[in-house]
Amino acid sequence: MKKIACLVVVVFAFAMMFSTSAFSARKTIIRIGINAPMTGDIPKVGEGSKYAAMLWLEDIEKAGGLEVGGKKYEVDLVIEDNESKAESAVKANTKMITQDDVLAIIGPQSSKQAIPAGEVANKYKTVMISPWSTNPSTTLDRPYVFRGCFLDPFQGPVVANFITDEFGFSKAAVLYDVASDYPKGLAEVFKEAWEKKHGAGSIVAYQSFTTKDTDFSSQLTKIVKSGAEVLFTPQYYNEVPLIVRQAKDLGWKGPIVGSDSWGSAETVELCGESCYGLFFSTHYAAAGAKGATKEFIERYKANYGYVPDDVAALTWDALHLAQQAIQDAGKITGKIETDRTAVRNALAKIKNFAGITGNMTFTEEGDPIKCAVIVKINDKGEYEFYKSSCP
Amino acid sequence: MEALIELIQYIVQNLINALQRGSFYAVISIGYSMVYGVLMLFNFAHGDIFMVATYIGFGIATLFLALFAGFIPGPLIFLATIVITMFLASWIGVFVEVAGYRPLRSAPRASAAITGLMIGIIFETSILILLGAKRLSFPPLMESIAYNVGGVYFTNVKVMIIIISLLLMLALHTFIQKTKWGMAMRAMSYDFLAVPLMGVSINVIAPLTFAVGAGLAAVAGILYGQAYPILDPYMGVIIGWKAFVAAILGGRGSIKGAALAGYLLGFIEIFVATIFPSTLRDLIAYSIILLILTYRPRGFFGMEHSTKLRL
Repeated sequence: MKKIACLVVVVFAFAMMFSTSAFSARKTIIRIGINAPMTGDIPKVGEGSKYAAMLWLEDIEKAGGLEVGGKKYEVDLVIEDNESKAESAVKANTKMITQDDVLAIIGPQSSKQAIPAGEVANKYKTVMISPWSTNPSTTLDRPYVFRGCFLDPFQGPVVANFITDEFGFSKAAVLYDVASDYPKGLAEVFKEAWEKKHGAGSIVAYQSFTTKDTDFSSQLTKIVKSGAEVLFTPQYYNEVPLIVRQAKDLGWKGPIVGSDSWGSAETVELCGESCYGLFFSTHYAAAGAKGATKEFIERYKANYGYVPDDVAALTWDALHLAQQAIQDAGKITGKIETDRTAVRNALAKIKNFAGITGNMTFTEEGDPIKCAVIVKINDKGEYEFYKSSCP
Repeated sequence: MEALIELIQYIVQNLINALQRGSFYAVISIGYSMVYGVLMLFNFAHGDIFMVATYIGFGIATLFLALFAGFIPGPLIFLATIVITMFLASWIGVFVEVAGYRPLRSAPRASAAITGLMIGIIFETSILILLGAKRLSFPPLMESIAYNVGGVYFTNVKVMIIIISLLLMLALHTFIQKTKWGMAMRAMSYDFLAVPLMGVSINVIAPLTFAVGAGLAAVAGILYGQAYPILDPYMGVIIGWKAFVAAILGGRGSIKGAALAGYLLGFIEIFVATIFPSTLRDLIAYSIILLILTYRPRGFFGMEHSTKLRL
């Protein structure tokens, strides 16, 4: 009896080994990993990434697969939740690369997760495109890591220039989360750019808090007292409403300006009328879009019931960049390491890619050269195109 | 002279900020202290009870505003929301006691102590599964009006938060000092071995204590929703920890101590951020508390018998 059981197990084990290898030999599936915050602090960002990816997959499936070198391949999405945590993003990347054999990874979105996750992708020589991470460290010295958006050092001067040109102010205050890479990096760059323009000491209040704080009253009291004319706060949508409301309650009358992290569809939903009339810099504006951008917005809205935010648009572009790179690579050998490197080399060569968030050409670091948009939250709570600013 | 006036304005402004923040710590930390008094255990699920209560308050407030807004005056809706949320949330407290702590009453203390953590995680993930990870915005139960009195800014919401918290603590004090149930709770905290022999059952007093604590957390939750109207399933973790610090600082089992320490914590946090760079706020604030505890290891009002035992 025991022997038979043993035999069955051995046979099964063999069968399993052969079946998987036989399977992969017969049919190569292109797997694309999505590393996104489906839960945690910014689930709306994860949702946007997922929906954009699903629309993209729909197109591929409609075409009967992804055509590479004259052959059509089935495409599969592997969506992993990084819980908006750095360690989970690293885990998700490791799993997708070593277990799921993904050809390329899209995500993570926030710099907090993209910086550590990028290290893993680079180590395993797998292309990773972070659609939304604007911190320079994400791609720095990592040939396999790319991004779909501009960088913090670019956004800082853009916002500083915009405030100076638009309002003519010379005294600014900054409120940022010191425990998160993105706001901290952007706050520093903004400070530098502003002081270069208006001289040392023109940042009259430079205040911070830590992630998950909800009370900013002491920082805002300081800011109000400092005599600042404008408040720059590069925070996420879960903090912006609290900051804006508390600032107004404490007697702040000036404009509050933000960065692309405001761009989530939920900012206005949570903030309401308090946020009307405020400005932020971002990657694209939904109101007033044209051409392919408009097409994407309308399709997304028809499918999911709301206007896509910048994360969705950038994820869409990142997926198309990956698609183009895979096609440019010429052929799929089936040897995952070779294919990954071929895709990386093809991606680095892409010139003037026409995305829905603007034209992109990669620099040597894997950062695209593209334009920023200044958006105004209008009286209906829509993100309206206000100005464009190119490097 | 002008500089002096400005300084006074600045200090008064921060006093108001601190009073609001401290009110939350005070009301929540009382929940920790009461349970400690009776069971000699800290209920680590209290922060998450606060979170669940806030979600219940959110549901009730949304429902009432949808049903009655317009023909029932706002303050009445507010009051009804508070009363009904308190009632519902107190059953959450009872549930935690009956399902979590009662089965482990004779278990080693460490096991009982970590039950709270488990229940907290269960609450967080249940809400996450039930409502999704989407942030919710607590509906305003009263229109926020900002006042500027002599350069000091405050809103009617802020004033209301401070007043309701104080009234609540006064009511609790009366309940504990003047009623039979309160007396039973006090007796239990004095000697939890002898009192059951006198016919006061721990299985009645313990759930009652949890219920009162959860009821307080419910009011704190609704007020919190008015001041910081963004709800997420993990909102109770940090504020729970800080209220726990306040409960220790006030002296284990001392309700008066917990309330005072809650306010003190609010003041320390706000004023440290005012005087020092805000980046150093928590570092300095909690170093101060560590220092206080070094010199007063039992907290402000901790009694000998309440620290002798366990944990």
